[in-house]
Amino acid sequence: MDTFLYSLPIIGLLFQVVGYLIAIIPTSAPIILRAATPLGFGALCGVVCERSGIVNIGIEGTMLTAAFTGWVVAIAAVAVLGPMGPGPLGVTPALIIGLVAALLSAVGVSLLHAWLSISLRTDQIISGTIINIAAFGITGYLNNVISAASPTSAGQFGKITPPAELTTLPVVGWLFTTILNQGPITISLLVCAVVLQVLLFRSRWGLRTRAVGEHPKAAETVGIDVIRLRYRNVLIGGVFAGLGGAFLSMELSNSFQAGGTAGRGFIALAAMIVGRWTPLGALGAALLFSLFLTIGQTIGFDPPTGQLGDVVAALPTQVFTALPYIVTIIVLAGLIGRSTPPAADGRPYEREATA
Amino acid sequence: MTAGPDRGKDSGTGPGKGAGPGAGPRRTAWMSRERLLQIRTAVVLPIVAVLLAVVVGSLFIYAADLIANKGALDLGKPLSAYAALVKGSVLGFSPIVTTLVAATPLVFGGLAVALGFKAGLFNIGVQGQLLMGVLGSVAVGVALADQPVFVAVPLAFLAGTLAGAAMGFVPGFLKAVSGAHEVVTTIMLNYVALNILAAFVAGPLRVPKAPAPVTFEVGHAALPIFLGKTGHVGILIAVLLVVVVWWLLYRTTLGFEIRTAGANPDAARYAGMRPRRLIMLTMTMSGALAGMAGAGELLGVTHQTQTSFATSVGFDAIAVALLARSNPIAIIPAAILFGAMRAGAGQMQIEARTPRELVDVLQAVILLVLVVLPVIARALGGRGARVVPEEAQTITKSYASESVPS
Repeated sequence: MDTFLYSLPIIGLLFQVVGYLIAIIPTSAPIILRAATPLGFGALCGVVCERSGIVNIGIEGTMLTAAFTGWVVAIAAVAVLGPMGPGPLGVTPALIIGLVAALLSAVGVSLLHAWLSISLRTDQIISGTIINIAAFGITGYLNNVISAASPTSAGQFGKITPPAELTTLPVVGWLFTTILNQGPITISLLVCAVVLQVLLFRSRWGLRTRAVGEHPKAAETVGIDVIRLRYRNVLIGGVFAGLGGAFLSMELSNSFQAGGTAGRGFIALAAMIVGRWTPLGALGAALLFSLFLTIGQTIGFDPPTGQLGDVVAALPTQVFTALPYIVTIIVLAGLIGRSTPPAADGRPYEREATA
Repeated sequence: MTAGPDRGKDSGTGPGKGAGPGAGPRRTAWMSRERLLQIRTAVVLPIVAVLLAVVVGSLFIYAADLIANKGALDLGKPLSAYAALVKGSVLGFSPIVTTLVAATPLVFGGLAVALGFKAGLFNIGVQGQLLMGVLGSVAVGVALADQPVFVAVPLAFLAGTLAGAAMGFVPGFLKAVSGAHEVVTTIMLNYVALNILAAFVAGPLRVPKAPAPVTFEVGHAALPIFLGKTGHVGILIAVLLVVVVWWLLYRTTLGFEIRTAGANPDAARYAGMRPRRLIMLTMTMSGALAGMAGAGELLGVTHQTQTSFATSVGFDAIAVALLARSNPIAIIPAAILFGAMRAGAGQMQIEARTPRELVDVLQAVILLVLVVLPVIARALGGRGARVVPEEAQTITKSYASESVPS
C-alpha cells in the first residue's frame, strides 16, 4: 500500500486536487458560506472582545446557549400563540421571538463573562472555560428534559430567492447564488463583517476600542472609561455569538442537538487569530476553514476520480472529518508569529484610584 | 449533601500535609495563621459550593418535573432525586466501589490538568489524550490478550500512557516552537483524536464481520479486580500517581522549575530555566497522565471500544483540578466527589426520572461558586483567599501572544 502511494507522481496529484477544487467550489460555495456563518459570527465576537482586551474562550458556550434558547423559545411561542402560516422567507412571529430570546441569552452569558473577567478580574480563560462547561451541562440537561416531551419544531428561516437575471449570468452567476440564495442570518454575517471593519478602523468607538485594547492606562488618562467600554464590547460580542448560535438551530436546521456547536466556537477563535483580529480577516479565515469542513463532507458523496480518487478511497473517511481541525492547527502554528494580538489582551484592568 | 462532609475532612489534611501552593519545599510552620486561613478556605469553600449546587440543582429538578408532569409540581422531588443519587454512590459496599471506579480516571485527569496549571499551562486536551490512551491500550491489549497477565497488563497500560504522552507532546511542541496557544490547539486535537480512534476501530482493529465496528476484548490484559466485582487495580495506580506527582512537584528540581515557570515565567527565565523545554516536558507528562486515565478506563472497565468512546472525563478533570486548587493530594477527595456524582447519576435517572445530565449542572454551579465566592468575600471585606490556583493566572498572559522566549 505504502509503496503504491509513494509511487504516485505528486505533481500530477496536486493538479488533480486543484482540478477537483475548481470542479466542486461553484456548486459547494453556498454550503461553504453557510458552514462559515457560525464560525464567522464567533470570530466577530472574538474580534470585538479581544480588541478591547478581553479574551473570550466562552464563545462556544455562548453560541450553544443561544442555539438552545432560540429553539426552545420559538417552540414555546408556537405553543402559546398557536401555529401561524409562514410569512416571506419562512419567517413566523415565533421564530422572531426565538431569535430575540437567543440574542438576549447570549448577551446574558456575555454579561456573566464580563462581570467575572472585568469586575471580579478572574482569569479570563478560566472564566470562559466555566461558561463552556456550564452551557454544555445546562443545555444538555434541559434538552433532555424537553426532548422527552417530543415538541414540534417551530421551523426555520428560509432562503431568499435572488432574481434569475443575476444567478443565470455566465461565469459569475454562481457567486450571486452563493451570496444571495441564503437565509437572513447568513447574509447578515457579510453585512456585519463589513460594517464592523469600517467601524473598528474609522469610527470613534473603533479608535477607543483599539486604544483600550492596546494601552488601557493611556486610554483612561484621555478620559475613556475603560471598564465601561470593555463591558459594552463584550456584550456586543455576545450579540454576534448569539447570531452564530441562532443560525445553528433556526436557520441551518430546525432542531437543537446537545453539544451541537461541536467546537465551532473554538475554530472561530482560531479564525480570529488567523484573521489578525480584523473583522474581514476573520471572515476570510472562517471561509477558509469552512472550505475544508465542506470538502470533508463533499468528498464522501461526490468523490474525485482518477488517481486522486484512488488515494481518497484508500484513506479512512475520518481523515476528512478531521481535516478542518488539522488545518486549523497547522495554520495557527504557522502564522502565529506574524499575527500580533492587542497588547493588553487578557490583562485585567485595575483603576489607579480604586487600587 | 452528597459527599460533602467527607470531602471537607479529607481536603483539610491535604494542604496540611503537602506544601501549600507556592510554598517552598522546606517551610515547616504549618499551623501559622496564614496556613489556618488556607485550610479554612480549602475546606469551607468547597462545602459551601456543593451546598449551593444542591440548592440550584433542586430548581433544575423542579423544572424537569414541571415539564414532564405538565405543570403538576411534586415538592419532594429534589429530595427523592438526591436520595437516589446518594444511594447509588455511597450507601453500601457495591456503590462505594462504583464511586471509586468512577473517581479513578478523574484522579488521573485531574492530575494532568493540575500539573499543567502548576506550569502555567492549560491542558484542555485531556479528553483527546485520554482517547489516545484508550487506543494505545486497546491495540496492545488485544495483541497481547493471550499472553500471561504480568506481561500483558503492564505493556498495555504503558502503551496507553505513551500514546497519551505523544498526544500531549504535540501542543507542547507547537507552543514551544511557534507560540500557538495550547488552549486552542489542544481543543482542536480533541477532535482529531476522536477521529483517529474512530479510524482505527473502524479499520485495523475492527472485529471482522462484526455488525458495527468494535474491537476485540483485551483478555489477559484486563486490569485485575481486587475490590468487589468492579474495583480494578487502576484505583491503586491512581493513588500511587498522586504521590508521584506530589513528589515530583515538591521534592525535585524539575518540579521546582515547573512551579517557578508557572508562578513567574520571567523569574524562571532569569534564573536560567529553559521555558521551551519545560513547556514540552510538562505537556508530555500531562498527556501521559491523561493517557493513563484512558488506559485505566479501557483495561479496567470497558475492555473493548466502539468507534466512539463515551466519556466526560476530559472536562470533569478540569473541574476536579480547579476544586482541588491544583494540589495533587486534594485531587483525591475532589475526584471522589465528582466520581460519586457520576456513579449515582444512573440510579437517580432510573429511580427519580431525573436526567443524569443534572450532574453536569451541579458541576457547573460548583465551579462558578468556587470562582466567584472568594472574590465577593474579599470585596465585602473578608479575607478570602484565591481559589483559582495562582499559577493559572499566567495562562491568559501567554494567550495567543508572546512567542515563548527560549
